[in-house]
Amino acid sequence: MFHYLLGRLWQSLVLLVIVSMIGFAVLNLAPGGPLSQYALTPGMTQEALNRLAEQMGLNRPLPVQYADWLWHLVQGDWGRSYRDNQPVLDVIGRHLFATLLLMGTSTLISILVGTWIGIKGAVKRYSVFDYAATVGAMVALSIPTFWFGLVAIYVFSLWLKWLPAGNMYTIGDGSFGDYAIHLIMPSLVLAFVNVAVWGRYMRTATLDVINQDFVRTARAKGLPERTVMMKHVVGNALLPMITLAGVQLPSILGGALVTETVFTWPGMGRLFLDSLGYNDYPVVMGLLMFSAMLVLAGNLIADLLVAFVDPRIRLG
Amino acid sequence: MSAVASPIAVERIHWWQSRTLRRFMRHRLALIGLAMIVILTFACVCGPWLLPYDELYIDIRARFASPMTGAHIFGTDPLGRDIAARLFMAGRISLLVGFFAMLLSTAIGTVIGITAGYYGGRLGAALMRFVDAFLSFPSIFLLLVLAAFIKPSPFMITVIIAVTSWMEIARIVEAEIRSLRERDFVMAARMLGLRDTKIMFRELLPNAIGPIIVAATLTVARAILLEAYVSFLGYGIQPPLPSWGNMLNGAQQYLDRAPWLAIVPGVAITLAVTSFNFIGDGLRDALDARSDID
Repeated sequence: MFHYLLGRLWQSLVLLVIVSMIGFAVLNLAPGGPLSQYALTPGMTQEALNRLAEQMGLNRPLPVQYADWLWHLVQGDWGRSYRDNQPVLDVIGRHLFATLLLMGTSTLISILVGTWIGIKGAVKRYSVFDYAATVGAMVALSIPTFWFGLVAIYVFSLWLKWLPAGNMYTIGDGSFGDYAIHLIMPSLVLAFVNVAVWGRYMRTATLDVINQDFVRTARAKGLPERTVMMKHVVGNALLPMITLAGVQLPSILGGALVTETVFTWPGMGRLFLDSLGYNDYPVVMGLLMFSAMLVLAGNLIADLLVAFVDPRIRLG
Repeated sequence: MSAVASPIAVERIHWWQSRTLRRFMRHRLALIGLAMIVILTFACVCGPWLLPYDELYIDIRARFASPMTGAHIFGTDPLGRDIAARLFMAGRISLLVGFFAMLLSTAIGTVIGITAGYYGGRLGAALMRFVDAFLSFPSIFLLLVLAAFIKPSPFMITVIIAVTSWMEIARIVEAEIRSLRERDFVMAARMLGLRDTKIMFRELLPNAIGPIIVAATLTVARAILLEAYVSFLGYGIQPPLPSWGNMLNGAQQYLDRAPWLAIVPGVAITLAVTSFNFIGDGLRDALDARSDID
């Protein structure tokens, strides 16, 4: 177990280094560059630009800049925002809660609903329910999340006036109920797509298990159908879902970003778009790295969890 | 290779008699999807000629006309441009971007996957770590960074989408090739002294074509969605050139007054994406030799 853990940690670390190289390369090789924001200032001279470049260390060769940035990153110094000179980690930290709240709530909903749909579809295979769920999942996977959000706002906020159209809380309120009512629409919209993903995988996983010998044995022993389903089938079918949760993390995070833009949710997605608009390179780079770290950590935890839960996986 | 005349009389099976086609034709949803794509494409190609309005013609007196007023089937936008005309012209752009992004990303993914799968070892492992690293970013983040910093044109958007969505295909191809490379026919090809590239692309690739076609079809759907999102945010296709995504840009601020601004292009995107997903699903069932629906 220890060796496995060490190996997986090492793998993630290597990946993280490659990730940082890709991120750094993408940001710095793209035309424009960090100074393009200042270049637009009226009365800006080339001389002043050069001075800025020197102050910010942008006149050094790229590999040197990369090494310097990485060295500071390792020490917890992610640079400062070009916009308000705040440390990047603080800026991200201020937006982290909103994103995690949205992602967490919506993932919880989608796992519960998706698992239920998947099991039901597998048990009653080729029934009307199964067929409807399959087609519904395909359509759900095809609807653009941001557009679905717009439609939801139109129906539930503008037309029925049931729910607020955006933001995380009402200014001056911020009670639990206030947060909850703001959370309903974005988390359901984001869950909509993910329910489809979970449902389809859970259906396949359940079908894989349902025809295995140990299930037949359990039935032959005379166990009640309910026990067979809950203990033998669902228990085993849930295992691959843990891995799926890890694999799905980037797309859930991406989906949260998309949802945040429509619902003016003050999370990392909004921060990302605002920072792009300002050419705020350190924050954009920080967000790229941070999201990749979240994803890698998620994968790592999922793998360890599977190894921990599944006794069939024997680790040296 | 197989053109050498066979001494045994074999009844030739034409493509229209193939089992794959028969299976595909039995997949009802895939046929619906195919029909919808044909209709959408036809509408986007021919529609603009049939409509009385030009997609760029601004009529400031006819702003925010609701659908079915006069000849404006889908109404007009904040500048009084006919939405139907814009929708069809936008469809040309969006479908073309989706199609070419698919071609390019399939090409990138196939080359990387086949190289990693065929050579394996250190090179293969390094390439696959590269794929993993790309997959660690939410692809939307990477896409937006590139789109924000590179001057957007339909061509560049296509390239950017392809650059951020080739990884799935690379993984599929790598796994497929890895399972095929120890087969006898590869050994035979090696003994004949064929070059590596020839073995990779002429011997191995045709045997892995099924999963690639399926993944490519689903990539069209993804590419259309990505284009729509990036253009919705204003980093994609730039107006006045319409695309389904940039027609939605600004729709949110008029949502209460003119909901059709949001609804019409969104339905078009959903129809196109659903259709490609249906087709992909049908192809998966038809091409998968293991699934026995027959």
